[in-house]
Amino acid sequence: MLQNTVLIPLLPLLSAVILIATAGRLPKRLVATLGAGSVGLSAILVAQLSIAWLDNPVPYSLHLWTWMSVGDFQPGIAFYVDGLTVVMMSVITGVGFLIHLYSTEFMQDDDDYSRYFTYMNLFVGAMLILVLADNLLLLYLGWEGVGVCSYLLVGFWYKDPANGAAARKAFIVTRIGDTAMALGLFLLFTELRTLEIQQLAAAANLQWEPGGNLPILACALLLGGAVGKSAQLPLHTWLPDAMAGPTPVSALIHAATMVTAGVYLIARTHALFLMAPPVMLAVAIIGVATLLLAAFTALNQTDIKRILAYSTISQIGYMFLALGVGAFSAGIFHLMTHAFFKALLFLAAGAVIHCLHHEHNIFRMGGLRTRLPVVFWSFLIGSAALAALPFTSGWYSKDEILLATWTMPWAGPWLWAGGILGAILTALYSFRLVFIVFWGEAKTEPDRQPEWRMAGPLALLCLLSVVGGFIAQPLDQVFPAHQPEHATGAVAWITMGIAILGVIVAYLIYLSKQWSVEAGLNSPGMSRLREFWYSGWGMDRFYDSLFVSPYKTLARIMRNEPIDQLYNGIVQLSLWLHGWLSDQQSGQLRRYAASMVVGLILLVAVLAGAR
Amino acid sequence: MELANLIVIFLFGGLLAWLAEMMMENSARWVSLLTIALCSAYLWRLVGHIPAELFHINPVANQAGTWLMHHQMNWIPRFGVSFELAMDGLSLLLIVLTLFLGVVAVVSSWAEVDHHRGFFQANLLWTLAGVIGVFLALDLFLFFLFWEVMLVPMYLLIAIWGHEGKAHAAMKFFIFTQVSGLLMLLAIIVLVVLSAETLGRYSFSYFDLLQNDLSGGVATMVMLGFFVAFTVKLPGVPFHTWLPDAHTQAPTAGSVLLAGILLKTGAYGLLRFTVPLFPEAALQFAPIAMGLGAAGVVYGAVLAFGQSDFKRLVAYSSVSHMGFVLLGIFAWNHLAIQGAVMQMVAHGLSTAALFMIAGALQQRLHTRDLGAMGGLWHNMPRMGALALFFIVASLGLPGMGNFVAEFLILVGLFQSMPWMAVVAALGLITGAIYSLRLMQEAFQGKPDAHRTLPDFGPLEMTVMIAMVIGLLWLGLYPQPVLDLAQPVINSLTAEVQL
Amino acid sequence: MGGLVVPLEHVLLLAGLLFICGLTGLMIRRNVIFILMSLEVMLNAAALAFVAAGAYWGEPDGQIIFLLILAVAAAEVSVGLGLVLQIQRRFKTLDLDQASRMGG
Repeated sequence: MLQNTVLIPLLPLLSAVILIATAGRLPKRLVATLGAGSVGLSAILVAQLSIAWLDNPVPYSLHLWTWMSVGDFQPGIAFYVDGLTVVMMSVITGVGFLIHLYSTEFMQDDDDYSRYFTYMNLFVGAMLILVLADNLLLLYLGWEGVGVCSYLLVGFWYKDPANGAAARKAFIVTRIGDTAMALGLFLLFTELRTLEIQQLAAAANLQWEPGGNLPILACALLLGGAVGKSAQLPLHTWLPDAMAGPTPVSALIHAATMVTAGVYLIARTHALFLMAPPVMLAVAIIGVATLLLAAFTALNQTDIKRILAYSTISQIGYMFLALGVGAFSAGIFHLMTHAFFKALLFLAAGAVIHCLHHEHNIFRMGGLRTRLPVVFWSFLIGSAALAALPFTSGWYSKDEILLATWTMPWAGPWLWAGGILGAILTALYSFRLVFIVFWGEAKTEPDRQPEWRMAGPLALLCLLSVVGGFIAQPLDQVFPAHQPEHATGAVAWITMGIAILGVIVAYLIYLSKQWSVEAGLNSPGMSRLREFWYSGWGMDRFYDSLFVSPYKTLARIMRNEPIDQLYNGIVQLSLWLHGWLSDQQSGQLRRYAASMVVGLILLVAVLAGAR
Repeated sequence: MELANLIVIFLFGGLLAWLAEMMMENSARWVSLLTIALCSAYLWRLVGHIPAELFHINPVANQAGTWLMHHQMNWIPRFGVSFELAMDGLSLLLIVLTLFLGVVAVVSSWAEVDHHRGFFQANLLWTLAGVIGVFLALDLFLFFLFWEVMLVPMYLLIAIWGHEGKAHAAMKFFIFTQVSGLLMLLAIIVLVVLSAETLGRYSFSYFDLLQNDLSGGVATMVMLGFFVAFTVKLPGVPFHTWLPDAHTQAPTAGSVLLAGILLKTGAYGLLRFTVPLFPEAALQFAPIAMGLGAAGVVYGAVLAFGQSDFKRLVAYSSVSHMGFVLLGIFAWNHLAIQGAVMQMVAHGLSTAALFMIAGALQQRLHTRDLGAMGGLWHNMPRMGALALFFIVASLGLPGMGNFVAEFLILVGLFQSMPWMAVVAALGLITGAIYSLRLMQEAFQGKPDAHRTLPDFGPLEMTVMIAMVIGLLWLGLYPQPVLDLAQPVINSLTAEVQL
Repeated sequence: MGGLVVPLEHVLLLAGLLFICGLTGLMIRRNVIFILMSLEVMLNAAALAFVAAGAYWGEPDGQIIFLLILAVAAAEVSVGLGLVLQIQRRFKTLDLDQASRMGG
C-alpha cells in the first residue's frame, strides 16, 4: 500500500512523458483521458493512501535512491509522508483533478491541447514531489520544477509577446527568492551537515541556540524563497501578471497549489522557524502588510482575473500571518479551504470569460445572474467563502487565524486589527465583483453555456467550499502541541461577524446604490490614491526603475565587451608601432646616416655615462 | 601502447577521411563516424580489462600501478622527456565525453559543410586526437605537444569553414591560445630546470615533478604561467574575449567541439597541474582565482543578456558557466571539485546541444540574429521543445546535470568562502534572465506566417535525444560519474590541502 | 717625444672639425658626388688623426693605417663612382632622394 506512494507523482509524470513522446499526434479525446485520467488515478491513490494512513497515523519515509553522494552530502530521492503531506497531496490531486477535468472542455478549441496537458501533468508531478520530499534538496527540485511549469503555462499562448514577458517575470522574480532559499540550503548544510528535514530539526535543536544568529539567518533565507513563491511582499509583483495564462492554470497554479508552496515550506520547517522568533514576527508582519496592500489593490481593479489574483495574494497573507503567530494548523487549514474556494472562483471566472468571448473587464459584464446560473451560484458560494461569511469553509479557517493572532504577545492586537481591516476589505471587493458582474444590466451576451466537464468540477468545488470547514486535518503530530490560545469574548464576536459588515457596505455601494461614493472617489486626492492602489502601490514601477532598467542599460553598455577594449588596445599599439617602424625604413640614405650618427652619439654618451 | 592507440586511431582516421573523400563523394563523414566508433569500441575493451577494484583505489601520484592504466616509454632520455600516458577516472570520464561529443560534432557537420568535406573531417578527428592526448599525457613535454596539436586543426576549422568574420576570429583564437601556450612552455621549462636541482636530473614526468614542491616567488610566477594558459582556454575573465568571436564564427561542429571539449582541457589542466604542482602558490592565489571565477559568472551573464546574436549569447553563457568551474576548482574541497567535474560534463552536453540548435537555425534562416527570429516554435515544434529543454538545463533546473554541478560547487564554495558563494549565486538569477530571453526571442513571440522551415530530422533527433537522456541521467542519478571521479579527487585533495 | 711639432690636441681638433664637416656634408647634400666627397673628407680626417697619433707616440702604426685608409678610399671612390654612373644612367639624376627605391 505504502509503496504506491511512488506512483502518485509518477503517474502524472509518465503521462507527460507519453504526451511529449507523441508530440501532439494523439487525438484530443485520448490526450484528455491521459491528462486528466493520470491525475485522477493519482487522486484515487492519494485517497486510498489517506484512508490507510489514517488508520495508523505514523509518519513513514520511502527511500528510492541516493541522489548524489559526496562525502557526507548524501541527499536522497526519498519521500516522507506525514499528516501535512497527506493534506497537501489531497489538495493537489483532488483540486488538480477537478481542474484538469474542467480544462478538457475549456481548452477544447485550442490547437496545442496536448502541450497544455503535458505542462499541467508535469506541474502536478513536480508539485507532488515538492510536498513529498524528505529533504530540502528534493523539495527544491519540485520547487523549481513547479516554477518552470508556471513559466511555461503563463506563457502558454506564446505568440503574444506580452504573455512571454509575464511568464519571464514570474520565473525571474520567484527565482530571486529561490536563490535566497538556495543560499539558505548552503548555510543549513554547512552548519548542520544534513538537508533531511526531520534531521535538520533535531540537529538544529542540538547545535543552535534559539534566537541565535544562525537560525535567524537561515530562516530569513528560507523565508526569501517562501516570499517569492507565495507572492508576498516584496516579491509579489509577478502574480497579477501571471494571469496571462489560461484560466484553469491560474486556478491550479496561481491560486490553489504552487503559490501556497511558500506556506508549506515554512510549515514544513517550522522547527527551524520556531528557533528564530524575529523571523516569525517578520513572517506575520509580511503577512499583514501583504494582505492589506493586496486588498486595497483588488478593490480598484477592473480585470476579473486580476481581482482574483490580488485576492489570492491577500489570502496567502492571512496564511503567513497564521504561520507568523505560530498557528501552523490554522495556516494549513486556510491553505486547504482557500484552495477549494479560490479554485472555484477562478474556474467560475474562467467560465464567464469562456462564455463571453474572452471578456476580462468586469464593467463590460453584468446581469449574468440569470444568463449563467450555474456560474452565478458557483461564484456566489466562492465569494461567500472568500469573504468568510459565517458557516462557509473560509469562515472557519480565517476565524481561527484571527483568534490566534489576538493572543500573540504584544504585537497581537495590532496584527489582529490589520487582519480585521483586511477581512472587511475582502468582503467588500469580493461582493463588489459579484454585484457588478452578475447583477445590473447585461452588457455582453454569453454565446454558450458550460457543459458537464466544466459544470461538474464547479459543483464539486461548491460543495467543498461550503463543507470544507468540517474536514479534520491530521496535523496534530506534525506541529507543536501547544499552539496559540484563541481569543474569547468581544474579540471573538467581532472576528466572527466582521465580514457581514463588508458585504453590507458592498451592497449599499454597488447594488442598491444608496451610498453614492462617486463624488468622493473622483475627488483629486482620492483619485490619485486610487491610481496608486490600482498600480499595486507602484511596486512595478519602483522595481522597474531600480532594477530592470539599470540592468538593461548595463547590458546595453557592456554588450560590446569592455574587456576586449584592452586587447584591442594592444592590437592598436602594435599597429601603430608597426607603422612607425616601417616609416623609418624610408630608403633615404641621408636619414639613415643621420640616425646612425644620433645612435652613435647616444651610445657614446651612455658608455661615457656608465663609466 | 594501448593508450597511445586511442590517439593513433584518430590521427589515421583523419588521414583516411581526407583520402576517402577524394575517392568518393560524401564518404568522409562516414569514415569519421566509424573512426569514433572504432575508438569507442577499443576504449570499451581496454576499460573492460581493468580490474573493477581499481576504480575504487585512489590513484597515488608516484605509484603508477594505482592508476587505471599507465604507460611510459623513453623518448628523449637526455632531457628526461618520455612518452608517458596514464588514465585515471577523471581522464576516462573526459575521454568518454570527448567521444560522445565527437559524434555530435560529426552529425552537426553532416549537411552544413559543403566544401572540402574530407579535409574538414580530417581536422575534426585530429582535434579529437589532440584532446585525447591532452587528457592522457602525463609528461609535461608531451602534454604541451598535444596542447598544440589540438590547436592547429581547430584554427583551420574556424579559418576555412567559418562564417563571415572567420579570419579575424580564427586569428584571435590562435594568438590567445598560442601566447598563453608559450607562457606555459616557459613555465614548464623553468619548473623542470628548478626541479632538476633537487631531483638530480631533468624530468618532465608529472609524477617526478609532483614530488618536489616549489615555493616562494618563483613558484608563484611559474604557477601563473600555467594558470594563465589554462584560464585562457577555460576561459576565465579577463582572458575570455577570444571565445565569443571564435564561437560565433566557427562552423557548428567547431562550436560544439570548442564549447564541449576544448574548454574542458583548460579546467582539466587547472585541476591536474596548476593546483597540485604548486600547492602553496595556489593557496595564496586562490582568493584571486575565485574572484575571477565569480566575476566571470556574473560578467558572462550580463553580457549574454546584451547580445543579439544567438551563438554569441550562448558563448557568453559558457563564460558564465565556466566561471563556476574556476570557483569549484579553487574552492578545493570534495564537494566543489566534484561539482566542477560535473559541470564540465553537463555543460559539455547542454552547450553543445544549444550550438547545434544555433547551427540548425543558421542553416535554415541564414542568420543568427535574434531580431530576425521569433515564433519559431510554431514552425518547428520539435526544435522548440528541445531548445526549451536545453535552455532550462543551462539555467540550472534541478533534475538536470547542470543543477547538480552548480549546487555542488556552491555548497562547497560556501564552506570555504561564503561571500564568494553569495556573489556566484547571483549567476542563478542572471542566468535565468538571459536564458529566458533567448527562448523568447527565438522561439516565442509572433511567428512569421510566410515562413516554412523543416524541423529536425531523424538523425539530429537521435543525437539530441541522446543528449536529453544524458542530462537527465546526470541530473537524477549522477552517482556513476561522481564515483568515477571520486578516487581522483580523494588523492588530489590528500596531496594538496588548500 | 719630439715627433710632433704642434700640440696633439690641435691636430685632433682639426681632424674632428674635418670629420664634422664631412659628416654634415654627408647628411645635408643630396648629390651623390658631394656625398662621395664628404666621405673622402671624413676618411681623411680619420687618417690625419692616425698620422698625428702615430707621430705623437713615435709608432709606425699610424702611418700603416694611413696607407690602409688611402687604399680603402681609392677602392671606395672607384666603386662609388661606378655606382654614380649607374645611378645617373638609370634615374637620370644624381639626387639620391629621387633615386630612393627602398622606402618602407
